[in-house]
Amino acid sequence: MRKVAIVGVGMIPFGRYESESLVEMLAMPALRAMDDAGIGDRAVDALYVGNMAAGMFNHQSAVASALADYLALLPAAADTIENGPASGGSAIKNGLLAVASGYYDLVLVVGGEKMRDVIGPRATDTVATMTHPTAEYIYGVTLPSLAGMFTRLYMEKYGVTERHLAQVAIKNHNNGLLNPYAHIHASITQEGILDSPHSVVNSPIVSDPLRLYDCCPVSDGAAALLLCPAEMVAEFKKPKVVIAGFGQATDTQTVQEREDPTDLKAVRLAAQQAFAMAKQTPRDVDLAELHDAFTILEIAESEHAGFFKKGEGARALEEGRTRIGGDLPINPSGGLKARGHALGGTGVAQVAELVWHLRGEAGQRQVKGAEVGFSLNFGGFGNNVTAFVLRREA
Amino acid sequence: MNVARYWRTEKTRYGLVGETCRVCGKPIFPPRDLCPHCTEAGQDLRTFGGRGEVYSFAHVTDAPAGYTEYQPYTVALIKLEEGPLLTAQLTDVDQSDVRIGMPVEMVTRKLKEEGENGMVVYGYKFRPVMHE
Ligand SMILES: [Zn+2]
Repeated sequence: MRKVAIVGVGMIPFGRYESESLVEMLAMPALRAMDDAGIGDRAVDALYVGNMAAGMFNHQSAVASALADYLALLPAAADTIENGPASGGSAIKNGLLAVASGYYDLVLVVGGEKMRDVIGPRATDTVATMTHPTAEYIYGVTLPSLAGMFTRLYMEKYGVTERHLAQVAIKNHNNGLLNPYAHIHASITQEGILDSPHSVVNSPIVSDPLRLYDCCPVSDGAAALLLCPAEMVAEFKKPKVVIAGFGQATDTQTVQEREDPTDLKAVRLAAQQAFAMAKQTPRDVDLAELHDAFTILEIAESEHAGFFKKGEGARALEEGRTRIGGDLPINPSGGLKARGHALGGTGVAQVAELVWHLRGEAGQRQVKGAEVGFSLNFGGFGNNVTAFVLRREA
Repeated sequence: MNVARYWRTEKTRYGLVGETCRVCGKPIFPPRDLCPHCTEAGQDLRTFGGRGEVYSFAHVTDAPAGYTEYQPYTVALIKLEEGPLLTAQLTDVDQSDVRIGMPVEMVTRKLKEEGENGMVVYGYKFRPVMHE
């Protein structure tokens, strides 16, 4: 297997794109990634597009074929990769395997979703279609309700409180203020979202015990990476950042079939695989982008990925260890909470964020001296998870 | 969803019909081709008793399309007396009274109306056990 590097990165600010089509939205970060690398007149061999539900959100299928043509990449190979909210992670994985195997040299990975064409209950329904049709969906289950039940169990078992959840939201909103690509640029306080009488208006209950500020926004957004074999990096203009490790694991489709529903088995296994392949440990990691679609998930994933012992993630958060400047900054981008969550775009945006930090290009939110980064993309309610370890190399 | 799909899963939804694995003996709900515990094929149908307790729950106030007229409603994981967990709505209970560990029993209720012809979909919900 060849070692694979990321030589180009591109993103568009997450938020709302009214006048651009889905394909135009995906093309913008792709062009930026190619430009970032200084691709010149080299040909892209293959394109992988992470997208969960263009069929439902935008009434469009075969997105990769459309994008290959729009970007004038013909006759490059092109595939759309769907793996729920982990579609982005899976698209990167396909690019990684294709380059590592020696089959392709230059691969463009784009992840994105244009969710806000569909709003309110219809959007909630579209996202809920990833649940089990006859064991969950039909009973009015939503992703926030699965997260709400998970939160309640985690609170009972590990003493996580509403205060801890608010601290995740506040930290990530603060980080988002430093990120020009973030969907939400708003400072929030514990007073405003939890303690004051106005908190029920500012952060109403969405799926009790979850409030509005425990949930990520619904975003339009896209990001892109250009991959090549590590030995080709010198041909491009950016410092060498390699995909040192990758892991992916599945768990039961439904939460109800898990022996212990607070155990995120697929997170544990995907992270272990990624660290094993990278020959690194969680202690080596300088920053992590985790999938905080709900505040509880940042805490739970930080434990299951191996950064903190089970039940100690909330304390690490409380002690400020996961802030920028702490010993393990988590979600310096603002995470899904503030950078935003554009389903198929998220996994790619997480890795793009790591690359910027490892190159020293992350601006105000830069984690100083970062050499190793970790990302985790959580599909379904934890039933299909991808993880990456990235490393800066000389 | 079409009518045939509802019809196929009716037994499961009306009668809590699940399975017992012939190989490892564990209870399975809902029915499926391969046992999730031992991965072997071969199960016998069994009807679960419909008694259990609330394992966890969330009150839904941002319902998906098709369910908005019923909100707020409570989604719960129910631990059946026979062991398996299942996912269902609670009914006949004040939201503020719901607790983890609360004893519940199955009832059949309308889940929703669907489509232009207003097909009513029935299924199980769980309510607090009235008396022992
Ligand atoms: Zn079995």
